[in-house]
Amino acid sequence: MAVTDRVHTPPPTRQRAPRDKSVKRLAFSQKVSKWDVKLSPYLYISPFFLLFAVTGLFPLLYTAWVSLHSWNLIGGQGEFTGLENYEFVLAQPFFWNAVGNTFSIFLLSSVPQVVIAIAIAAVLDANLRARTFWRMGVLVPFVVAPVAVGLIFNNLFADQAGLVNEMLVGVGLDPVRWHSDSLASHAAIATMVNFRWTGYNALIFLAAMQAIPRDVYEAATIDGAGRLRQFFSVTVPMLRPTIIFVVITATIGGLQIFDEARVFDQAGLGGADRQWQTLTMYIWELGWGQRNFGRASAVAWLLFLIIVIIAMANFLITRRIANQGGRQ
Amino acid sequence: MIEQTAGKGAARAARRGLGARRRGGAGGTMRRPGVLTYGFLGAVILGSVFPLWWSFLVGSHDSSVISKGVPLTPGGNFLANAATVLDSIPFWKALSNSIIVSTVTAASVVLFSTLAGFAFAKLRFRGSKVLLVFVIATMAVPTQLGVVPLFIVMAKLGWTGSLWAVIVPGVVTAFGVFWMTQYLRDALPDELIEAVRIDGASMIQAFWYVGLPAARPAAAMLALFTFVATWTNFFWPFIVLDPSNPTLPVALQLLQAAHFVDYSIVLAGAVLSTIPLLLLFAVAGRQLVSGIMQGAVKG
Repeated sequence: MAVTDRVHTPPPTRQRAPRDKSVKRLAFSQKVSKWDVKLSPYLYISPFFLLFAVTGLFPLLYTAWVSLHSWNLIGGQGEFTGLENYEFVLAQPFFWNAVGNTFSIFLLSSVPQVVIAIAIAAVLDANLRARTFWRMGVLVPFVVAPVAVGLIFNNLFADQAGLVNEMLVGVGLDPVRWHSDSLASHAAIATMVNFRWTGYNALIFLAAMQAIPRDVYEAATIDGAGRLRQFFSVTVPMLRPTIIFVVITATIGGLQIFDEARVFDQAGLGGADRQWQTLTMYIWELGWGQRNFGRASAVAWLLFLIIVIIAMANFLITRRIANQGGRQ
Repeated sequence: MIEQTAGKGAARAARRGLGARRRGGAGGTMRRPGVLTYGFLGAVILGSVFPLWWSFLVGSHDSSVISKGVPLTPGGNFLANAATVLDSIPFWKALSNSIIVSTVTAASVVLFSTLAGFAFAKLRFRGSKVLLVFVIATMAVPTQLGVVPLFIVMAKLGWTGSLWAVIVPGVVTAFGVFWMTQYLRDALPDELIEAVRIDGASMIQAFWYVGLPAARPAAAMLALFTFVATWTNFFWPFIVLDPSNPTLPVALQLLQAAHFVDYSIVLAGAVLSTIPLLLLFAVAGRQLVSGIMQGAVKG
């Protein structure tokens, strides 16, 4: 292994200790060494667990606690109010609006993204010339920050004289009111998400495709399966674990979407009628706009539950779909 | 994880003419892909690059030109727009903040993840299996939803507005630990550790002289992904940092709030803020590609 020749052996430390006083010291150093072996592993993994406890787990659990109080950004903790924050939030039309928007944007981004990524991966898997060039080209959007993506597409999707609308008019269609029509704004924001992540996911699928044993395809060819048939009956079913993985990460990230929607207009609240306000944006509005940490925490906790439920449902559904694909 | 070498080796064999069939896509047929394939890929690449090009186009004209429709050739106004960007947001401050935050985070993620990965992959200790499963499980926890208490904690510590508030929650990640564990398990032979241990090295010396050098290739990729993820991160920095001391994405949002009428300046800013990562991509894009293909996940 290439690694071996780079190793620097540490200077031997305690080999030449004079004999007479060495017995006690040897016993001591053995004891130290024993503790070294026993404790070091825990010491080495402790940074992660400490950090996760302090900045991950504790805040998440404490969110539940904050959500049961009246709690102001400036004033701090107020009195215990039980489920009042939840009752308030659940009675707000803006909450349910945000739930709907979040799901709409999520579906518009995740489903096409996975489908297109698999298609791109299948093409990248061909016997291409300059394959590194194509693979890198697909990945360019990944290094553009979501905020920058949001600003750029905000301009492309401008209601007046935006490039997309100009093109629509050019082919004889009506311009779309991207910044006032709810579903249109979701499509625009989903486009930004897809722009940034499709190539990335295509590379994940590509790697999975290359791991499929080639003799499976050979067998399919012998059985008389055409390329398209092979793609749907061999490639897609073999990608099952990867599809589940991508869909689940897309769910966890997609339901928390904030950046792109936040900069879709300069006010950042999701439009005049909150047409594209997502749940994370709603948390921000309650917590830092209205300074009501109690209500913001209630929404955060509800979103957490939603994500857990959806992630599990996702897992079961994808599994079933992939299974059926395998049985064909 | 994913075995890439099989594909590559097969491709090489095919190129040498050893294999009867080339390793080509679904079906492993011999033929080179046709114009249609390249056309499709060309369109995809055009789609990935065009928005950036568009951003530069808009950012290189002044608003009076843009209102009449954006020409498809760049104008001569980019530097003037860039100057306005520098005037209206603390751009250099934001740039140096982004560099500091991303570099420090990447370095510490690599150090702590390699340390933990070394322990999980190579050291025997009670509970290691369960603890590793726990680490992996935390990857699925949407910790972003803990923002409210995290903000309260940062305010108590007096860290709001300071870069510490952005750096500290990211100094080690579950993904990093998992990634280094996976890598070191195969890349670092047990005999090597035993050898230096017999030579009298302590545990931390064994890590330093044997573990760290062996981890180098995976550590470089982890650093790269952490850097990009930290650089592009918006939500938490936006909440916890002040407008006077932002990172680049936060500054971009400020720029939009200040110049929403004149979009040529906003997009000039978007271009300026993207240039550093594009340079990084030019240098290390290859590593990003192979990192993803070896199983990197979204940061």
